[in-house]
Amino acid sequence: MRHSLFSIVRNAIGGNRGWPAQWREAAPKPEYDIVIVGAGGHGLATAYYLAREHGISNIAVLEKGWLGGGNTGRNTTIIRSNYLWEESQKLYEHALKLWETLSQELNYNVMYSPRGVMMLAHTVHDVQSAQRHIHANRLGGIDNEWITPEQAKAFCPLLNIEANIRYPILGAALQRRGGVARHDAVAWGYARGASALGVDIIQNCEVTGIDRAPSGEVTGVQTTRGAIRARRIGVVAAGHTSVLMAMAGVRMPLESYPLQALVSEPVKPIMSCVVMSNTVHAYMSQSDKGELVIGAGTDAYTSYSQTGALHISAHTLDAICELFPAVRRMRMLRNWGGIVDVTPDRSPIIGKTPVPGLYVNCGWGTGGFKATPGSGHVFAHTLATGAPHKFNAPFTLDRFRSGRLIDEAAAAAVAH
Amino acid sequence: MTQPFRTEAGGQIDRSRPVRFSFDGRAYVGYAGDTLASALLANGVHLMGRSYKYHRPRGVLSAGAEEPNALVNVARDAARSAPNLRATQVELYEGLTATSQNRFPSLGFDLGAINDVCAPLLGAGFYYKTFMAPRGAWFKLYEPIIRHAAGLGRAPVAPDPDRYANRYAHCDLLIAGGGPAGVQAALEAAPSGQRIIIADDNPGFDSATLAGFANVTCLPRTTVFGYFPHNFLGLAERLTDHLADPGDRARERLWQVRAKQVSLATGAIERPLVFAGNDRPGIMLAGAARTYLDRYGVLVGKRVVVFTACDTAYAAAVALHRAGSQVVAILDLRDSPGGPEVAAVREAGIAVYPASSIVGTQGRLRVRSVTTGAGLRIACDAVLMSGGWTPSVHLYSQARGKLVYDEERQFFRPAGPLPGLRCVGACNGDLPESGGFLGVVPGQRGGPAFVDFQNDVKASDIQGAVAEGFRSIEHVKRYTTTGMATDQGKTSNMNALAIAAQQLGQPLPSVGLTTFRMPYTPVTLGLFAGAARGELFDPVRQAPLHDWAQAAGAVFEDVGLWKRARAFPRGGEDLHAAVARECRTVREAAGLFDASTLGKVEVVGPDAAEFLNRLYTNSWSKLAVGRCRYGLMLTEAGFVMDDGVVARLTVDRFHVTTTTTGAPRVLAQMEDYLQTEFPELKVWLTSTTEQWAVIAVQGPRARAILAPHVSDIDLAMPHMSVREGRVAGVPARLFRVSFTGELGFEVNVPAGQAQRVWDVLWAEAVKHGACAYGTEAMHVLRAEKGYIIVGQDTDGTVTPDDLGLGWAIGRSKPDFVGKRSLLREDLIKADRPQFVGLLTVDPVRVPEEGAQIVPVAAPAVGSHALGHVTSAYSSATLNRSIALGLVEGGRGRMGEVVHLTTASGTIPAVIAEPVFYDREGGRLDG
Ligand SMILES: Cc1cc2nc3c(=O)[nH]c(=O)nc-3n(C[C@H](O)[C@H](O)[C@H](O)COP(=O)(O)OP(=O)(O)OC[C@H]3O[C@@H](n4cnc5c(N)ncnc54)[C@H](O)[C@@H]3O)c2cc1C
Repeated sequence: MRHSLFSIVRNAIGGNRGWPAQWREAAPKPEYDIVIVGAGGHGLATAYYLAREHGISNIAVLEKGWLGGGNTGRNTTIIRSNYLWEESQKLYEHALKLWETLSQELNYNVMYSPRGVMMLAHTVHDVQSAQRHIHANRLGGIDNEWITPEQAKAFCPLLNIEANIRYPILGAALQRRGGVARHDAVAWGYARGASALGVDIIQNCEVTGIDRAPSGEVTGVQTTRGAIRARRIGVVAAGHTSVLMAMAGVRMPLESYPLQALVSEPVKPIMSCVVMSNTVHAYMSQSDKGELVIGAGTDAYTSYSQTGALHISAHTLDAICELFPAVRRMRMLRNWGGIVDVTPDRSPIIGKTPVPGLYVNCGWGTGGFKATPGSGHVFAHTLATGAPHKFNAPFTLDRFRSGRLIDEAAAAAVAH
Repeated sequence: MTQPFRTEAGGQIDRSRPVRFSFDGRAYVGYAGDTLASALLANGVHLMGRSYKYHRPRGVLSAGAEEPNALVNVARDAARSAPNLRATQVELYEGLTATSQNRFPSLGFDLGAINDVCAPLLGAGFYYKTFMAPRGAWFKLYEPIIRHAAGLGRAPVAPDPDRYANRYAHCDLLIAGGGPAGVQAALEAAPSGQRIIIADDNPGFDSATLAGFANVTCLPRTTVFGYFPHNFLGLAERLTDHLADPGDRARERLWQVRAKQVSLATGAIERPLVFAGNDRPGIMLAGAARTYLDRYGVLVGKRVVVFTACDTAYAAAVALHRAGSQVVAILDLRDSPGGPEVAAVREAGIAVYPASSIVGTQGRLRVRSVTTGAGLRIACDAVLMSGGWTPSVHLYSQARGKLVYDEERQFFRPAGPLPGLRCVGACNGDLPESGGFLGVVPGQRGGPAFVDFQNDVKASDIQGAVAEGFRSIEHVKRYTTTGMATDQGKTSNMNALAIAAQQLGQPLPSVGLTTFRMPYTPVTLGLFAGAARGELFDPVRQAPLHDWAQAAGAVFEDVGLWKRARAFPRGGEDLHAAVARECRTVREAAGLFDASTLGKVEVVGPDAAEFLNRLYTNSWSKLAVGRCRYGLMLTEAGFVMDDGVVARLTVDRFHVTTTTTGAPRVLAQMEDYLQTEFPELKVWLTSTTEQWAVIAVQGPRARAILAPHVSDIDLAMPHMSVREGRVAGVPARLFRVSFTGELGFEVNVPAGQAQRVWDVLWAEAVKHGACAYGTEAMHVLRAEKGYIIVGQDTDGTVTPDDLGLGWAIGRSKPDFVGKRSLLREDLIKADRPQFVGLLTVDPVRVPEEGAQIVPVAAPAVGSHALGHVTSAYSSATLNRSIALGLVEGGRGRMGEVVHLTTASGTIPAVIAEPVFYDREGGRLDG
């Protein structure tokens, strides 16, 4: 059933009993053309675009838990494309363009909301870094503008721009097209779309092994719901990617860290944009529900435990209370963590692996939600054609051998 | 003023101390010991809030932390205003001012209630299905309306002036919960002398029996909110919210406790029954009604109907009956309720209707009557309901304890103790067998039956979500928002689960249980920040000469934690003029510079040279004692990580300097390798950054300035050498080094004596026409010489060769960190970005740092950049602008014209050698 105001009214009259299931409850078949491991946003988007743009619908998406229950359903949903390097700009901007029409494409309101993402500069070094990004983005055709502290305050009245605070705000880089979207809706919208095109989404089905022929290529997977054959496998498992790839004997340049986020109790609108500060380690926005959505950097140690350390979230809140002193009296409602997969250059890995038939899409670390549509789109192309899309061509696994890194942490976090 | 629903006697309130307060502008009186909820109930007020989505009128449901409905704002003033407080936990004080939330214009008449009329259109997840057209309308049109309607209370508008305290504690036993089970646990353990902490979120718990034990710390008004690995727990203690005059005491205290053993005695929470119209004000949990009577001497109604599937409601009925309420009927879902409580009720003459239910209620702002399954309409002003009890297992679950479903009792209970953790009492599922019911009350004939009161999630929403394919409880929760309100589903989770399970036709445990997340109840953000605010937000590191610089009129910049003097403007100079003057003075006479913030590491031991060989690209074995060398440190990936001058003081002792912000990173990298890769090396590392103050004396007059104050060192010492001796009578390590290109010395003296030495040198410097200069002049001076600043001219993607520093690589060394990576194909390709100078064609124009370097004047959008400008200044010495940058194949492009982006186009510049001044280096010798 198409979603629309009309369908809502019609169903309301019917007591809302007529809504069909948004996706089929599929049981695994013995064989698929392509198996995708991980029903996060990226995995589901990949399946959707494979079916929609490449006519391949004999696909299974295998998920050990419930779809969208990984980082897709845990993230703080910041979307932006003002990255430093040309390769990243193209990839994230590709995604941003897809965000702009995604609700219509999926007939599912993913609530993409370009409310503006403001990244604060507190030191001379921050200013230099922001300016470099702005220059690079302007050349790349990506909106990103420098604003003064007063302009920042006008854009976000909650912000404290006093000059006498510990790290006064010297200005900010603002991407107006940046914003947020509703994370669950992204997973559900892609799942619904993919399922309608014939993709089997199989939940509660954990992949426990990757099968390979004597000649090396993949032949299928072992799962908690039996063996499934496939000659092409795409692993899209975020923080658990290294575990899966190890099943095929591939060692990944990934470290998995807990990353925490938290929300406050809901209040009436007080903040309409997203504010980030790398120097004091915190960012915040307000959800449509009214909750302040707060996050920061990863925990200090690698771990698969989704319980982050208290001092990490406490430190984030120090910073939030400094930037927005009026929220000090508000209260934390929920705190949680996800396991993020971090590469040495903070850029993703999307493409082939040394094992024939095995493809991987990972390394999105703390910032892959924003890329969901673009990532799925280019990975679908790669899986369908066996060759990378032009936008993911630079994001090879091989770059860690060749040294052709795309270091997005570079201009931000080095010595003065 | 009378309190019509207050009993004659009884309760734990202090009737001798009336307390005046206001709610929505109306004045009321309660008693000391009341909560806002109990005092309002005593005054006959049930309507305390509006629900989140449909704005339905709501009364108080519970008497504790699980309250979903009665959320209010309490404000002492504009800044000390707190939204979303549970009236059931707000303690009354004289003058308390509370207001209701989420309503306009008033609680009694709320325009938002239009949503209730439209409810069929606003079913679970409706917003995912509409508001999509036209493109962009979501953000511009629909979302603002939804945002405006959403939210509950209002955030404070001014910074919170209150203080928050913090305490770390260790104990042998931490007990969460001060009910009978918790106090019992404390009493059992106390005689052994263990250090015990017992916390309860109520204002007073029955701790009198514990008073005699000095080893027991009782923390009332304290919520154990979080359980972290290794028995680390977070507690929030409320210190002043109950006081009329908090004075200047801290408002709350964060306890971070490491406990050897934890006992969870968090009790159980009563469940509502899910039936049509179960949310009208006046309908509440039976146990809560009992609490209001027993603890506060309040009757929640005069004409009461009880609807239950659990024996405990009978005790409540009897208590209310005895206290003077008329209990008109007890409707019990069960066919044949029995047990002593039931007998007591019958004895009291209260009518009990077995196998009965409520299928509808009437009344707008207060329940007026109920309709029973048998079609009877019973007039009443309160309904007490009980669907049984759920153990409060939140903290156990946070501790990663596994929960098991008890089929018979219909609840989840802890699977058993964990190392260092046990559950006691009701929290452990040790509840008297008293019955209960989960799911939708049978025989409903329509009308909204609420599961999650605050978020307005109805039974039909959950059923609908399941029908739409949301089969995991996590999906149901997210799609319907059940359990996601500020009470985190304390009263709703089990019913939601049961309804989903029934809809799926699956046993309840197979639907799964949602994760319990920190915190147990909401915790003030400021509590986590504690004292870390303002100046204390992050420690300020001040260089030893900070005060002098301040007195001399310096403007400072933040560099990491340090405050560094950026320039010393004089008499109305702007930054630009000051920097120009400082630069000229250094080149013409001399300048004094506080370089103390540079990191310093003392590397000592028989293998010190070998250790440095492995950590730095350079070779150290042959460095003579008394000499210095410029060192480069790489990351594993082969990129420049830090640089600095390293001096050899003796055969086995090196004085290593690092960049200012790189200091901790460098020491960490050294320790990491020493401890994990090279444990066989005999080397000891000591950070000496704060021990040595460094006064740089730079410029042609540098030697002359030092000479009168140095007797035991021959100042003819060569460039890049070090000597130990005395400067101004203070023991010193004197370096001859230059970051300006001029003759230069760096005087290292113990930080405590820095001011003395500076004063002496400054007095001398003034005689020579020298000045004090700041970091900005330092940047310009070094740029004129083409010296790099790591982190500005490099960004973690730059190799030594890119910088033209290939000479700093000890080629013959077998290995050093990053060596292997330097051989990777991308690191040796010809067109890597290389460090060059850039001279704008218009000499006055200073390029922007970060500008992209492109081959044409009007680059197309999306075109490739050759590199970027890393540093750019106006050079007073050269009387023109200078810039440094990284350009692909730059060393092969000398003389080529490139274009640098600006905010509005490009400016042309010529690629040049990155040394603009004194290329021969003659000035190093003065
Ligand atoms: C707290 C937090 C905040 C964040 N904030 C932002 C932000 O503001 N903006 C942004 O752009 N990004 C953000 N991110 C990052 C972002 O969430 C992720 O990069 C992105 O969602 C990854 O999507 P995914 O589909 O690759 O991974 P996931 O959604 O994690 O999906 C991977 C799936 O693989 C499944 N899986 C794993 N192992 C197996 C197996 N053996 N068999 C079957 N299935 C398996 C998992 O269960 C999971 O569902 C944040 C992340 C976190 C944790």
